[in-house]
Amino acid sequence: MRALVQDLARLRRGPWEMLATVLIALGVVMLMQPVSLWLYTHSFVVTLVGTVMFIIVSHFPE
Amino acid sequence: MTDQSTDRAPTASRPLRGHVVRGLSDRAVAWIFIGPTILLLLAINIFPLIWTIRLSLTNYRANRTAEAVEWVGLRNYQRILTDPDIWHTMQATAHFLIWTIVLQVLIGFTLAYLINKKFRGNDLWTTLIVLPMMLSPAVVGNFWTFLYQPQIGLFNYVVGYLSGVDPSSFSMIGDVALAPWAIVIVDTWMWTPFVMLICLAGLRSIPESIYEAAECDRASKWRQFWTITIPMALPFLMLAVLFRGIENFKMFDLVVQLTGGGPGSITELTSINLKREAFEKWRTGYASAYAVILFVTVFGLASIYVKALNKVKQR
Repeated sequence: MRALVQDLARLRRGPWEMLATVLIALGVVMLMQPVSLWLYTHSFVVTLVGTVMFIIVSHFPE
Repeated sequence: MTDQSTDRAPTASRPLRGHVVRGLSDRAVAWIFIGPTILLLLAINIFPLIWTIRLSLTNYRANRTAEAVEWVGLRNYQRILTDPDIWHTMQATAHFLIWTIVLQVLIGFTLAYLINKKFRGNDLWTTLIVLPMMLSPAVVGNFWTFLYQPQIGLFNYVVGYLSGVDPSSFSMIGDVALAPWAIVIVDTWMWTPFVMLICLAGLRSIPESIYEAAECDRASKWRQFWTITIPMALPFLMLAVLFRGIENFKMFDLVVQLTGGGPGSITELTSINLKREAFEKWRTGYASAYAVILFVTVFGLASIYVKALNKVKQR
């Protein structure tokens, strides 16, 4: 966990990409789940943040 | 000696001339080649995308061009993301997407595995299996509506014959509980051959020598399947899931022909709903915001998949 935080702080691609991927997946699940309208309402922001983050961090060094 | 020196002179100057061809640098030649493609990409993809984002922030209606266009900010997004009807449409799309992908991958891979075994009539079976994929979705949608007819439909007859249920007692496209499954069945029937072909390519790319080595190590068929076949065919399987996932997320023609989004709006997928908003209700700004939401979702999913695919390939 500490190594992950250190890699995030050093702007390494791997952990940031992982974070972006988790956000995108979470956003899609929130968009299509049948449980809560609140989750659906906030799904787009989560997906958008994840997608933009993914585009940016894919240019970080390995 | 003189002759030799005159012969060498042009040869020495050749590399210099190679850099500049008739006054154009290598860089300029490269731009000339990729320029039309970039222009086309900007005109067909990038400009409409930027224009859609711009429209999504307005109340523009394409059927009332004389009216003043008002800047509404994020109101369209807010409305879409708090609308329970669109939320139900998303759920219908999720149901369709998940089940079609699961069924197509399972059946497609099984068929590919069987076709990959050498047997008599192998080619004929491959051709027959691939046939549904070659038909137009409009045609498939139309003839499945006949197959699903409660009175005369072959599908109802077969189900009735196998289960003992009266064939006219149920309607696949008229029943709220059965209609979502009706579109899943038709899409699976049509597109499983596509997944099968991709899986078949993956299975045929596995070298025989690996299986021979596993045989020498006395690995069972079961172990060979899980430790050789599946890992080596995985990139192809993921590619099939990516293609079908994106394609089914924007599924339109087949479902419109089959159920038209009904009964009620139970099979109204996002693309059908989007078309209604854009070209029946003429809420262009609202529909643009809807399209942007779908685009970001598909783009995000595709990014994850491409990353996963690259990782699997590196292995």
